[in-house]
Amino acid sequence: MNIKILGSGCTKCKITYNNVMEALKATGVVAEVVKIEDMEEIMKYNVLTTPVLLIDDVVKVKGRVAELSEIIEFLQA
Amino acid sequence: MFDWIQKFADWIIYQIIGIASHSKLGDTLNFFLFDTIKIFILLFGVTLLMGVINSYFPIEKVRNFLTKRKWYGLDYFVASFFGTITPFCSCSSVPLFIGFVKGGIPLGVTLAFLISSPLVDAVTVAIFWGMFGWKITIIYVTSGIILSMIAGFILSKLKLEGLLTDWVKTLLAKKQSMETIDMDVSESFIQRVPAIIKEAIGIVKGVSLYILVGIAIGGLMHGFIPTGFFEAYISKDNPFAVPIAVIIGVPMYSNTAGILPIMQVLVEKGIPLGTVIAFSMAVVGLSVPEGLLLKKIMTTKMLIIFFSVVTLCIILSGYIFNLVM
Repeated sequence: MNIKILGSGCTKCKITYNNVMEALKATGVVAEVVKIEDMEEIMKYNVLTTPVLLIDDVVKVKGRVAELSEIIEFLQA
Repeated sequence: MFDWIQKFADWIIYQIIGIASHSKLGDTLNFFLFDTIKIFILLFGVTLLMGVINSYFPIEKVRNFLTKRKWYGLDYFVASFFGTITPFCSCSSVPLFIGFVKGGIPLGVTLAFLISSPLVDAVTVAIFWGMFGWKITIIYVTSGIILSMIAGFILSKLKLEGLLTDWVKTLLAKKQSMETIDMDVSESFIQRVPAIIKEAIGIVKGVSLYILVGIAIGGLMHGFIPTGFFEAYISKDNPFAVPIAVIIGVPMYSNTAGILPIMQVLVEKGIPLGTVIAFSMAVVGLSVPEGLLLKKIMTTKMLIIFFSVVTLCIILSGYIFNLVM
């Protein structure tokens, strides 16, 4: 599984990242987590609002913090 | 409309706690309780409503809407209007800006959106309503939209495209498909409700501390500063009051949640409403942190032009407010 978090490094992006890490720990799922902070890189995904959570290159949450419970659901789906 | 809250506050403070009415402490506590209840009710209501609208008009739809047809100038209104109902974290301004311009939306229209979005949002509307009543709220929202349109239009006439930073120019020149990755949005209204409520609670929670502190300071000032206190210093006749208030407000960074409760007391103690509204607009509309973010896409020259034009528009609207009200 591949998880990407897009965000320029604002508080909301950091919270999302921490939530992802915690969700992985809670579920025991092994995944590659990449944090993309470079704006040019982010623009390649055509998103308008950050933070964005991508799981296996599918946008799951955008423009807001992804909650821990949500991420756990995505991981187990 | 809020009579029952006032009765409730009177009852708690004067009857239950037993502090004498018309005492300074009693008035202060009463003011605090009344405002807190009123604002939190309005805040929750307005964020819920905006959440519903936003769930049907997410930012991607707004962009597609703006790029799909020729607008003949009406796009300034559409962008400013949607800016007011579309919330976004200020750290999104860079991707938003690039996404809009790359999608073919004119620079001035994109800037109009960027100006109106922080100026008018759910939290501001709710607190304005609670503090100054719905009539002044409508005046504030309307002037926020008009101001963004005018500023965006002026900026478009200044032909600033050449003043964008190099990497943005390169990015904009590159051909790339603008198909946004769409999420599944076929949910029914009922299915959307839990997420909307959750979002609204999140927003209310996020600003609640600011509001409480703002109301507490406002309450103290309400109880202890004599009415008309500021009139001697800042009157409507002083032509410099508006620009000074705006220029002090521009670098400041605060959300409306904290400053508006204090603003209300300032008005009550004699500062003209237009001056206060202009100051609030300067605080929420422009700030040093926002400038630093925009520095990624704008050269210093463009940033200075952008800030100057918006500042002038805010000062102008402050004068107009004071004339009209």
